[in-house]
Amino acid sequence: MDEERNNWKAWLYLSPVLLLMALFTFYPILNTVVVSFLKDYDSTKGTSSGFSFFNYGYVLGIAANNDVGITNHDFFSWNSPSAFSNTMFITFVTVPISVLLALLIALAIHSIRPLKKFFQTVFFMPYVTNVIAIGMVFGVLFGNHGVVNALFHLDTPWLDPSSSTWGSCMFVLCLYIIWTALPYKILIFLSGLQGIDQQYYDAARVDGASKMKTNLKITVPLLSPQILYITVTSFITAFKEYSSVVGLIGRSYSSDPNTHDLYTIVYYIMDAMNGNMGASNKVAQFASAAAVILLLVVLIFTLLELQISKKRVVY
Amino acid sequence: MNKPSSISTKLVLVPASSKGRNSIKEGKRDRAKAILSSVFVYLFLSAAALLCLFPFYYMIAASFMSYEEVSTGSFFFSFATMGENFINNYTETWTRLQFLSHVGTTLLVAVSTTVLQLLTTILASFAFAKLHFKGRDFLFMLVLASMMIPGEMLAITNYSTFSSLDLISSHQTYFQAILTMVLPLISSAFYIFLLRQTFRQIPNELYLAARIDGKSDWQYLWKVLVPLAMPTLITITILSFISSWNSYVWPSISVSNDSYNVISVIIRGNALQFAGPSGAMITNTAWQMTSSVLTVLPILLLFIAFRKYIMTGTGRAGIKG
Repeated sequence: MDEERNNWKAWLYLSPVLLLMALFTFYPILNTVVVSFLKDYDSTKGTSSGFSFFNYGYVLGIAANNDVGITNHDFFSWNSPSAFSNTMFITFVTVPISVLLALLIALAIHSIRPLKKFFQTVFFMPYVTNVIAIGMVFGVLFGNHGVVNALFHLDTPWLDPSSSTWGSCMFVLCLYIIWTALPYKILIFLSGLQGIDQQYYDAARVDGASKMKTNLKITVPLLSPQILYITVTSFITAFKEYSSVVGLIGRSYSSDPNTHDLYTIVYYIMDAMNGNMGASNKVAQFASAAAVILLLVVLIFTLLELQISKKRVVY
Repeated sequence: MNKPSSISTKLVLVPASSKGRNSIKEGKRDRAKAILSSVFVYLFLSAAALLCLFPFYYMIAASFMSYEEVSTGSFFFSFATMGENFINNYTETWTRLQFLSHVGTTLLVAVSTTVLQLLTTILASFAFAKLHFKGRDFLFMLVLASMMIPGEMLAITNYSTFSSLDLISSHQTYFQAILTMVLPLISSAFYIFLLRQTFRQIPNELYLAARIDGKSDWQYLWKVLVPLAMPTLITITILSFISSWNSYVWPSISVSNDSYNVISVIIRGNALQFAGPSGAMITNTAWQMTSSVLTVLPILLLFIAFRKYIMTGTGRAGIKG
């Protein structure tokens, strides 16, 4: 009876959000999947030459572009850095390092009394800053004659468009991503640590457990919900890395060879959308195919992590 | 490997020193060990904090330097020329970027996004938390699942949607640009999730009491729930404002006329370049750092003023059932 009366009222309250989400979230998901299968799709006219797997073939570097007749290895390549391999590298380097580092810093902050609030605030500061603005700061710090080279008496062209290497670019990018990724993780771990009952530690002390053992057997398992949450969200964020690259070296794929060293999946999607890939018009179908691949990667990893967590996470 | 092990040593000593009243038995050796490890913890934290703050320090320091100083890797600015450099950097950056007009646009986008986001979030969270209707749980799961979707994936279609509505075009007006930047960002699954949690914690007895007082659902929401959920609403307001202030990807593709764009896009443009000796355009890094200061500082001050709300609100999101 209550339910009957509330039905239409509830939908009224929900209507603004549902309308906006239908238009700008759910429709785009479906549309992206559809467009990714349309050959020669023209986004301005909405025409195509039918259903095909060609877009995926092109994005994965298997099929040649109709207009130019060459295969494109920007997204995927077996023997040189590509959007896909760079994204994977960024993810599997920055996520483990930043999660571990955040855990250590959170444990350290949790263990102190004086200056605790101060350190909490300091380590959270990077969270609210602008990725582009601070990316430019990292770019200048790692300039040819920047502070880092001056300080360590180096002569490394870290990000130089003409003489940098893949390794040096990637080092700076990963460092920057870890810097931006830490604050949120530290905060979540800290709030998790605050929720752990002191009794567990007292019991461990009575049992005479060593310090190392207490940390491994009590703190980490009791923090496992937070560790799971952070791991899942960090993977999703790392797979979407793009703004940090723009902050660091700008948005100039075609003219700047070192951009290619830092090419990511989302960078590829943005380039395809903006017509920066040598094609005459914007190629939304390639962007869509790449976006669907990204979505699949995200889904697979998220499900994998949840599956693993079933055995490991203690609630 | 030295640092990590020293931290873990200290960590477990905390309960020992705080709870253990029988410290006499543990003897001097343990006490010395505790002091030593707490020194290590403070050293580790200080070193990490310095690295964390260094980009902020350098950004501000560089805005007091000349281009020559920045491009030779100076660590400190020289006191003799700092005043002169400061004035030059800030006036040049301010005028070259047309800073005031872009900050105005950014503020307009951030404020409208935040207000509309709050409004729609309050309505939706109320329905999800307090009303019973068919398909509620399924719908809520659907909204939550949308958080997993990369926003860039949505941008592809949103770009064509707005183009076909003639909101993105070569003749885009200022109003159209604002509308384009705001509309897709209004609905936020994350904030709905956060506020629904808060609403659910408010006991249903209050609802019955409000009914006896003759209040309608609408009045109950605005007169009872919203005031009680104020801390969460403040958190959402600040987080939403900060993230729209910092938004880059969608504005960078959806605004055709650069003079209508937000500050994040503008500072990465080429307004801060000058012609070098060979004729090639060179970015003046001192100006660039100044533009970073101008973009980051307002938000940093906002954060310091509201850090309690931001940190508890963000922290709460991680602890969920």
